[in-house]
Amino acid sequence: MSSATANAPASSGPVLTPQMRAEIEAFLPRYPTKQAVTLPALHVVNAHLRCVPMAAIPEIAEILDLSPAQVYDTLSFYGFFKPEPCGTVRAWVCRSISCALRGGEEVLAALSGKLGVEPGGTTPDGKITLEFGECLGLCDFAPAMLAGDRVYKNLSVEQVDEVAGALQQQADEKPG
Amino acid sequence: MAEFEPVLTANVHKPDSHTLRVYRESGGYTALKKVLDGMSSAEVVDAVKASNLRGRGGAGFPCGLKWSFLPKDHPGPVYMCVNADESEPGTFNNRLLMEDDPHQVIEGIIIGCYATRAQTAYIYLRYEYPTSYNRLQAAIDECYANNLLGKNILGSEFSLDIYLHRGAAAYICGEETGLIESLEGKRAWPRIKPPFPAIEGAFRKPTVVNNIETMACVPHIINRGADWFKSMGVPSTGPRDAGSYGPKLYCLSGHIEKPGIYEAPLGITCRELIEKFGGGVWKGRKGKAAIPGGISMGLLTEAEWDTPLDFAGPGKAGCLGLGTAAVVVLDETVSMVDFLHNSCRFFAHESCGQCTPCREGTSWSERILARIKAGKGRLKDLELILNISASIGIMPGTTICGLADGAAWPMKNAVNKFRAEFEEYIKRTNPSGYAQEDAVEALELVGLGVH
Repeated sequence: MSSATANAPASSGPVLTPQMRAEIEAFLPRYPTKQAVTLPALHVVNAHLRCVPMAAIPEIAEILDLSPAQVYDTLSFYGFFKPEPCGTVRAWVCRSISCALRGGEEVLAALSGKLGVEPGGTTPDGKITLEFGECLGLCDFAPAMLAGDRVYKNLSVEQVDEVAGALQQQADEKPG
Repeated sequence: MAEFEPVLTANVHKPDSHTLRVYRESGGYTALKKVLDGMSSAEVVDAVKASNLRGRGGAGFPCGLKWSFLPKDHPGPVYMCVNADESEPGTFNNRLLMEDDPHQVIEGIIIGCYATRAQTAYIYLRYEYPTSYNRLQAAIDECYANNLLGKNILGSEFSLDIYLHRGAAAYICGEETGLIESLEGKRAWPRIKPPFPAIEGAFRKPTVVNNIETMACVPHIINRGADWFKSMGVPSTGPRDAGSYGPKLYCLSGHIEKPGIYEAPLGITCRELIEKFGGGVWKGRKGKAAIPGGISMGLLTEAEWDTPLDFAGPGKAGCLGLGTAAVVVLDETVSMVDFLHNSCRFFAHESCGQCTPCREGTSWSERILARIKAGKGRLKDLELILNISASIGIMPGTTICGLADGAAWPMKNAVNKFRAEFEEYIKRTNPSGYAQEDAVEALELVGLGVH
């Protein structure tokens, strides 16, 4: 399956570290099937690598007794898991109705301009991935952004320099 | 009616309201003790049935009745799935409950599992709620450390495990069978029903799927009784109406002075909510319309704001229903073209792709709205939008789940209730082409500058 290994690191060793494997296996007792650990496993890999490389898929499949195609089928359904690493901080600016009514789309456009990346893109220094989000459930703080575990509330176009700076700082504070 | 005192939000403003200590100081886990000390599973089901508690997630199905559909003599296991995939635009009431009173939710889940004889519960939580995740996990850990979860809860015969299961940013996982498929590790394609989850749900076992707010109501029903619960809200109008009883968390956002969560008895009118709780339309402007219960419910015009927000009210005004009771206010400056484009874009993005009418209908409607917005609209497009909206969904019988009905209702309501505005916009922005009826040439939408 050459396509699954196309993005493998040059060392071509396993993608999953022993720690990742242990974290994935810790989920197994929670469910009556191994397949149910697919999403938790994808989240484990994503949390460590900020992506799920194609080469990780057969390794996850082996732990869960699945075909790599089954893991890939699930992965590909959720736009959440990317094959290449996201930035140190991944930021979603909400574009759904409650935020859009209060200028969310303008904030997204301004932040996109400030950071020099289109939604979905990562800054060249690898620090920030900017994305649009559909309703983040932060409608009482509209327009809102979720970056990692941090919520940015009541944003405005005027604050964009400040917000970009805060995202940079958030990326610098985060290890690795 | 006596002055309403908040029930579900009684504790949320207390310092450390998310901790077991504060929850217990407020009488927390007394309902669980009452259940474990002297009620059978059937008695708990009957108590919830008697309260007429209807699901708060959107469909409004009676909770006790849902529990009673589980097969009586099944060898098990039975699973409880708690739907915390709150993703309906405008909706954030479950977030408040999970962040600021997670033990209230967990007590409801434990009692619900006791009633349904489930020994494993999965809380399917949307990924975008990291604080909810941390607070719920901390609360679950406290429960295990205090014999409120795990083996032989509070010394009883009853044992239960609760696990958090994180989603991955897909709206469709809030549909109960999409949720189950996702939990099982598959793409979240909703299942054809029957079989209903009560008969064959998660891992092909009997399963109940309940919303977070529904579960939060349960301890109060046990403590204070069905009559107390039914003293709030709007009574049933006949055998086919289950009534609208109990307290409800209303979300208020958009063009409102004070966005937030407001608890009121079911049946408050949209106007009361906006004016009494929300401080009115923002900036002193006039209202134009409001979403009554999440974007998929459609629109109430300002003239319809006296509609009661109970399970039956919004439907009488041509909306899809009460939905999540999330009200989003649109002021007089909002272009309905912009509103509908935003709505269509959302559903095109979130359609799971399984049923062709939904997959194609939602993306087609988004393209039409983008074209109208960009000044290339035709009057005939409005017929096309109405045609699509009448052709996708469970109601016309063309899709497996209700996502497409939710996509269709904003189209129907916006075009039918604001038709003159759409026509005026199309004529004004496309003066030379608005009357054209020949086929539209494929357009590169990126070039139109509309995303």
